[in-house]
Amino acid sequence: MSNAITLNYHIEGSDFINAGNASSQIKKVLQQLNVDPKTIKRIVVALYEAEVNVVAHAYKGDISAEITTEDITITLDDEGPGIVDIDMAMTEGYSTASPKVREMGFGAGMGLPNIKRNVDELNIQSEVKVGTKVVMKVKLS
Amino acid sequence: MKITEIINILGCKVISGFDFIEDATIDAAFSSDLMSDVLTLDSSRVLLITGLCNLQAIRTAEMADIKCILFVRDKKPTEEMIALAVENDMVILQSSLSLFRVSGMLYQAGVQPVY
Repeated sequence: MSNAITLNYHIEGSDFINAGNASSQIKKVLQQLNVDPKTIKRIVVALYEAEVNVVAHAYKGDISAEITTEDITITLDDEGPGIVDIDMAMTEGYSTASPKVREMGFGAGMGLPNIKRNVDELNIQSEVKVGTKVVMKVKLS
Repeated sequence: MKITEIINILGCKVISGFDFIEDATIDAAFSSDLMSDVLTLDSSRVLLITGLCNLQAIRTAEMADIKCILFVRDKKPTEEMIALAVENDMVILQSSLSLFRVSGMLYQAGVQPVY
């Protein structure tokens, strides 16, 4: 696909001060591209939850977003403990978050269900004690 | 409802958003300390009432297209929080009252709940 835009960001685990920076930058780019505001909200809500997940659970991670005229594909690839049971993690209310994460207003077991609700395609691959890769796609037109 | 009416009802302080407070309005309010709950809202022009006073409250509002946040129990936003709110054209209010009391007063005054 021609005219694709690729954006890359790095995330450090436990860095709650900067959690959301990548989501904020990607939101600004989507606004500049005149993407429908409701679509932007779906994308950034899913991305922000995923970004907070990396900060909350992983040691470090990378975000890559590829934007074409048709869709946006966002990949979050982290080094961390991985997810033992992805089906359980997708269940509303199930959480393994620390008290620190709960103090931040998250960790109620709604992150992954929130992500799923807002994207058109979601793929999660995880290896325990290695890391997790989340790929989400949202159609733009 | 106009934000200026909310300020009059609650007698709360304005922390940021002085430039557009006169024109700012909301259609509904949502009280929560759980940011994932806030991120499920479809509505626009929502007032977020919360006791969670940290950067993630502002970030969550940014992602959820919320332009007005009311912090309760005299929780003071930090300089970083205020800077992020200003960057996103948000109105930040601060009240000494509790989450329950503020919610009750605004509900009684006719502010609609999201659900």
